[in-house]
Amino acid sequence: MQPLTESLCILIADDNTTDRYLLSTIISRQGHRVLCASNGAEAVELFESGRPQLVLMDAVMPVMDGFEAARRIKKMAGESLVPIIFLTSLTEGEALARCLDAGGDDFIAKPYNQVVLTAKINAMNRLRMLQETVLQQRDLISRHHEYLLNEQRVAKEVFDQVAHSGCLDAPNIRYLQSPYALFNGDLLLATYTPAGHMHLLLGDFTGHGLPAAVGAMPLAEVFYGMTAKGFGLAETLREMNAKLKRILPVDMFCCATLLCINFQQRHVEVWNGGLPDGYLLHTQSGERTPLVSRHLPLGVLDVNAFDDKTEVYPIATGDRIFLLSDGVIDTSDSEDHLFGTQRLHEVFDANRQPRLLIHEIQQALTAFGGQARDDVSMVEITTVDQATLGPQTVTYSDSGASSPLDWSATFEFRASTLRRFNPLPYLLQLLLEVHGLRSQSGALYSVLSELYSNALEHGVLGLDSKLKRDAAGFARYYRERGERLVELEEGFIRVHLRVVPAERGGRLTLQVEDSGAGFDADTILALPPVGNELYGRGLGLVRQLTEQASWSRDGRTASVEFSWEGMA
Amino acid sequence: MSVTSEFSQDEQQLTIAITGRFDFASHQDFRNAYENRTNVRNYVVDLKGTNYLDSSALGMLLLLRDHAGGEHSRIQLVNCSADVDQILKISNFSKLFNVG
Repeated sequence: MQPLTESLCILIADDNTTDRYLLSTIISRQGHRVLCASNGAEAVELFESGRPQLVLMDAVMPVMDGFEAARRIKKMAGESLVPIIFLTSLTEGEALARCLDAGGDDFIAKPYNQVVLTAKINAMNRLRMLQETVLQQRDLISRHHEYLLNEQRVAKEVFDQVAHSGCLDAPNIRYLQSPYALFNGDLLLATYTPAGHMHLLLGDFTGHGLPAAVGAMPLAEVFYGMTAKGFGLAETLREMNAKLKRILPVDMFCCATLLCINFQQRHVEVWNGGLPDGYLLHTQSGERTPLVSRHLPLGVLDVNAFDDKTEVYPIATGDRIFLLSDGVIDTSDSEDHLFGTQRLHEVFDANRQPRLLIHEIQQALTAFGGQARDDVSMVEITTVDQATLGPQTVTYSDSGASSPLDWSATFEFRASTLRRFNPLPYLLQLLLEVHGLRSQSGALYSVLSELYSNALEHGVLGLDSKLKRDAAGFARYYRERGERLVELEEGFIRVHLRVVPAERGGRLTLQVEDSGAGFDADTILALPPVGNELYGRGLGLVRQLTEQASWSRDGRTASVEFSWEGMA
Repeated sequence: MSVTSEFSQDEQQLTIAITGRFDFASHQDFRNAYENRTNVRNYVVDLKGTNYLDSSALGMLLLLRDHAGGEHSRIQLVNCSADVDQILKISNFSKLFNVG
């Protein structure tokens, strides 16, 4: 606290010259500076020019009385406190109350008792300083708040450049996220793979504010970077987990669901670590398949303990995949009851128009909790024909001037490599050094991955694609794929690449050979094209996307060609 | 919200009991409950008095696990209500802690 003897500037307004003189003497002697006015109007003028910190005001004066002057001075003083002490010989309660009603803070009766006067001035000064401190702190807080909002705005802009480089605006994605979801730790990313599949991530970091937002940037970078290079969910997940584990403190992690939606072959691959059940909403049957959290969140486990196992489900055109953050089921009402999954299912059941689902859930949350939480994230992806999604472009950073045009290479990937390593991104990177192939990178990657997974699953692992004829078999197929892969001891896949220049462009011959039992190529290829079945789309796709597709008679080697014209 | 802790007779087991909401507000109390205690071999976190824990509570459990030796830690989460059980199930923390 400041010393009580602090020197103030005090205005005295009194029409009685003797009283004024007496008072001003007392106050000057205490070390304060004095301004004197002989009526209310003068007092107002002096206040405006001299800005005294405290006013001693006679109530009854000519020209303008003390009440009116007090009102005007208080108005001019605005937010800062200028205490007004009324000097009065009035004694009846009503008159004294008028002093306070007019804005007076206290009164002192004539004749003055010096000790009381001094004490009152000191007390009023304490109030004045308290008010000043409060105002200063309020302004400081509001300035800091403004800085903070501005920093968040800038951070969000930077982040949006990264996050929105994907395909969240695709026509088959609907989502709801608070504009400042980033600062609630919620993250939603989507992008296309080189093969035209869609990768999507819904994440929820521990905590709120800046700490929660910090991890989002590296996560987004890994997600986009690795997807663009053709890495699958497993590799991307391993990298994201390793990165978060390395950079985040022990008590921070990211609950997340990752999806890879293959529109061509109509299946979705799912990994859920720590988010509430998502749902696969089957349009025809009305059934809901829960996409259950089977893993710890990202950033908790060591590289060696991390489990990248995914689940694969068949999807039909029109089916929808719905994901949500825990803000949805953890929304609570006034008595701390949680919204819960039961109520969510009731909204699902009542939903008639798919496009209103997210809106209806939001309404149910508001009706339940009274107010919507700002950390509710929901996303819904509809299965559509790939063609309706428009072009899925990839950008390259080099000029392509050093394009290699006459070479060949053979790779042999053996069992222990096949178990853990996906060579496709590396092969694709190599092939895209050939500038002429870049415009076909999507088709190239689709064909390459199709031939590779045929060689691996049907060739090396000996799985029968007919298993996939219904949903149960579909699940069994992918379970067995995982089990056989882990136990794989022998076998190989060879990839032969040959690039030769042609008159104005060039040609790539791509062969994929496996160590499996092979199949009777003539019989399989003579089969009528399949419609909406869950299996057997691979070969049709390959033939559709390449100019020349052939299989050796023993069915162990597939051979396709891509060619291009000269570049402008 | 309150956090209390208690040693077993042989002083080798530390039981930390949480009452009320287990969230970021308990952060310091929870840490105080196990830091600067030596020779603890087992930890028990008693969640009888709580039916809500948020993700920062899960983070605190990870801190305790780290403090107790990570993979070699021996931590038991006991008396979990249905809601708490649900949260531990979704986050798959049962893979890191003994829940029962």
